[in-house]
Amino acid sequence: MKRVIEAKEVAGQSPNYLLAKVQDLVDWAVNASRANSLWPMPFGTACCAIEFMATAASRYDFARFGMERQAFSPRQADVLICAGRLPFKLAPVIRRIYDQMPQPKWVISMGACASTGGIFDNYAMVQGIDTIVPVDVYVPGCPPRPEGLLYGVLLLHKKIKGESLFDGVPRREEQPLDERGLRLPPETIDEISEPFGNSVHQFRSA
Amino acid sequence: MNPSVEALRATFGSAIGRALESCGDTIVYVRHDALLAVLAWLRDTPDQRYDYLVDVTAVEYRDRERPLEVVYNLRSLDRRVDLRLKVELDPAGDLTVDSVVPLWRGADWLERETFDMFGITFRGHPDLRRILMWDTYVEGYPLRKDFPLRGRFSRAEQVRQALAANPEAHYSMEELSIAEAYEELPPDMRERLRRGERGKVADSE
Repeated sequence: MKRVIEAKEVAGQSPNYLLAKVQDLVDWAVNASRANSLWPMPFGTACCAIEFMATAASRYDFARFGMERQAFSPRQADVLICAGRLPFKLAPVIRRIYDQMPQPKWVISMGACASTGGIFDNYAMVQGIDTIVPVDVYVPGCPPRPEGLLYGVLLLHKKIKGESLFDGVPRREEQPLDERGLRLPPETIDEISEPFGNSVHQFRSA
Repeated sequence: MNPSVEALRATFGSAIGRALESCGDTIVYVRHDALLAVLAWLRDTPDQRYDYLVDVTAVEYRDRERPLEVVYNLRSLDRRVDLRLKVELDPAGDLTVDSVVPLWRGADWLERETFDMFGITFRGHPDLRRILMWDTYVEGYPLRKDFPLRGRFSRAEQVRQALAANPEAHYSMEELSIAEAYEELPPDMRERLRRGERGKVADSE
């Protein structure tokens, strides 16, 4: 709530109470709509994808939380769920999928491998997808049970409901691709591949 | 012991090295220059009929004195017999054996994988490129014993190189069926498809 109050100074006078209330109302409506109709883009690469399918199927049924339609196209998706380990060969692919998703977009990193590389601390595996795309919710487990993924989804709901349209964060920013549209521009790649994240062994090859 | 061993010795003599039995499988060591002839003979001789190439792979042992082995698993589908052939190569020397793609078309990707992981060159292979790692991968051959588990580069550099790789230029023109659209491709993709083969990529990077 603090962001709304801070932003409401109008022409040096006291905070504009009415405007703040209107913005709160707009935020509430927009965020509730967004949070309760998340369309997931499943990016399943390993055993976590099996648990993901179990979550999507009738017993656990994440359609109860508004994820009714699985968008197998990034253009119609809201949340990218990376379920499983990510080899380096798939790194440009998931980055491109992320770039193709329209704003606003969120990412759930499902399982130990997607979050940190897991047991695959080797030459072929990305040590946490947060080195490639920004991640909102990490779901631990190897693989997580469907309850775990559902809890992660509910955490994401909570996060979405705390966002505001008026806090000045650019949300419509599209990722620029070069004229061929195939690859990230070199400066973006350098930016992404800076050592970052919760992963181990970022700086040296051990 | 598989009776094919005696038949091989009678036919090829000194080209056949030692033979041993392990866990019920017969393993025959073959001199590398006789490999293609031996495999063709095993496939085409009516008494042998090893018509199915199960796998092509390689082994490098931790013991540095032991040579690197290329392994061929054969099976005769109608005789229901297995035979394993091994070719020994000096890891420090020239890692080259003849390709068996002319005998078994299915050896194509098996040999590409062995090349990708061990760096063994298969002479006469129609399209010897990396298959598991991307074709601009320059860190080496991951299953060799001198390859560090986490690769040679730092994680940040690995991420940088992986993101810079173009996932769609990895495929040959045949795989993509884009022979007609070749002229419309971006220049660097066109160049890579034109070069096609492995080795030249590493040189130019």
